[in-house]
Amino acid sequence: MGARFAAFAILALLAAVPAIAALLDQPFYLDIFGRAMVYAIAAISLNLILGYGGLISFGHAAFIGIGGYAVGILSVNGIDDVLLQWPAAIGAAGMFALLTGFVVLRTGGAHFIMITLAFAQMLFFLFTSLELYGGDDGLSIPHRGTLAGFKVLDSPVALYYLVFAVLAGALALSARLVESRFGMVLRGCKSNERRMRALGFSTFRYKLAAYVLSGALCGFAGALLALESEFVGPSVLHWSRSGELIVMVVMGGMGTVFGPLFGALAYLMLGHFLGDLTKHWHVILGPVLILIVLYARGGLAGLFARLGKRP
Amino acid sequence: MTLLTVEGLSKRFGGVVACDQVALEVRPGELHAVIGPNGAGKTTLLNLLSGELLSDEGRIALDGREIGALDAPARAALGIGRSFQITSVFGEFTAHENVALAVQARAGHSFRFFAEARRERALADGARDMLERMGLGERANTPAAALSHGEQRQLEIAMALAARPRLLLLDEPTAGMGPSESARMVEFLASLKGTIAMLLVEHDMDAVFALADRITVMTYGRVIATGSPDAIRANDEVRAAYLGTDS
Ligand SMILES: Nc1ncnc2c1ncn2[C@@H]1O[C@H](COP(=O)(O)OP(=O)(O)OP(=O)(O)O)[C@@H](O)[C@H]1O
Ligand SMILES: [Mg+2]
Repeated sequence: MGARFAAFAILALLAAVPAIAALLDQPFYLDIFGRAMVYAIAAISLNLILGYGGLISFGHAAFIGIGGYAVGILSVNGIDDVLLQWPAAIGAAGMFALLTGFVVLRTGGAHFIMITLAFAQMLFFLFTSLELYGGDDGLSIPHRGTLAGFKVLDSPVALYYLVFAVLAGALALSARLVESRFGMVLRGCKSNERRMRALGFSTFRYKLAAYVLSGALCGFAGALLALESEFVGPSVLHWSRSGELIVMVVMGGMGTVFGPLFGALAYLMLGHFLGDLTKHWHVILGPVLILIVLYARGGLAGLFARLGKRP
Repeated sequence: MTLLTVEGLSKRFGGVVACDQVALEVRPGELHAVIGPNGAGKTTLLNLLSGELLSDEGRIALDGREIGALDAPARAALGIGRSFQITSVFGEFTAHENVALAVQARAGHSFRFFAEARRERALADGARDMLERMGLGERANTPAAALSHGEQRQLEIAMALAARPRLLLLDEPTAGMGPSESARMVEFLASLKGTIAMLLVEHDMDAVFALADRITVMTYGRVIATGSPDAIRANDEVRAAYLGTDS
């Protein structure tokens, strides 16, 4: 159980980040790791359908954008409490997943990739041209909302731990989900959908439910991202963001519970530290990714699992 | 009284008429074999019956109910199970998980998100029983992809049966098996006889004549004869078209 051990170690470290940041007087650690946790949540959502369902969504940034804009638009209009903003973000992203799911899930393979991308691009251009809410420039969120009326979110540490709690919840949720009846059906669809249908599973329904669940969770991540950065703009749903999410999932280990956590952290840390060295850090990332895909089958989660088995 | 009634069933692939006005009846508990040379349309017929393909013409009724417009999951829910000519299992799942998933297909809905599926006694026990019956008990925890070809064929049947069908469509269950595995499969199918209706597509004539209550012979998409094994053996057209040239 090396991967599980590594995940708990990482969660413990993440829990200690505010203390470490205070100790070293590096407050921006909260920003970096807070963001990393949000991307981990988004990667967990993508992993549900990509890793367990075999559905390669190249448009997951759309859900981040929807979640973020839901928070931004409500906030600008004076609806400040996150207990209203979050359900709106989750609901809007889930609704978008439901509506587009009817179309994208009729296709498979490369078509699925292209159509999810197409929907995300449509949304990208929609928000770009939405002058009322900042258009190209995006939307600054005037102030962080309240939580059930309390102004706790103004404290970066409180916000950090809130995101931490959501991350832990998302991990627990996906760990349960993939072992449930629903999870078995989803994995069965990835493995052999034809067989599933012959056994009597209406696979479309289950895939649609998974897609909606994934979109909704990703929308939640988007809401948290907007809250953290006090900003939302079209850039969060640029297609390259969707690509980054795929990279995180693949790097971390597709179809493993903790893979998205490893992948998101590794990707963002790599970007952060290599980014300090050179602007062209993607040039280094490429080969690193290829090495991981080639030599660490099952991504970082697979690597940790193998390390754990060594005596 | 018939369980399955097929009339005027046709399916074309471009210029090829894979099934041409096929008519067929399967009685409850009957083992009905379908034989015919390669490309006769046997697999296509099973695909039309299971709902994997929709027919161009004709009607299919199960217990008097029209099912020709239903999709595969809906027909499976009504009790049509099948095995595939080319082994179709969940390679990364263990043998036990494969069968448990098949049990799950007919044990209520699967919109259950939290409870661990492997802890559900009904699923686990049902799967274990089925594997034991099939002689795969020892292999329960082996990934399906790591089973031998013959074991995968057995697993395939175990999955189809675990979904408790009323009509089982079997597409060459002994294909690619060695003689002893093949004999065990025939023995197993013989033990099922009477408990469930079966439509068996099979090239092994010894198996067919040993097992079948009735036999339907197809060539070029058409049914050329239906009858008891003795009647089929004595049928001149069948001998000319098929039995003479095969085996
Ligand atoms: N999906 C398809 N597309 C086009 N042609 C097809 C398709 N499926 C079957 N055919 C054609 O239909 C005819 C019947 O094929 P089918 O697989 O039903 O035969 P079969 O009796 O099962 O043969 P075998 O004994 O070799 O399994 C063949 O000529 C085949 O090439
Ligand atoms: Mg065939």
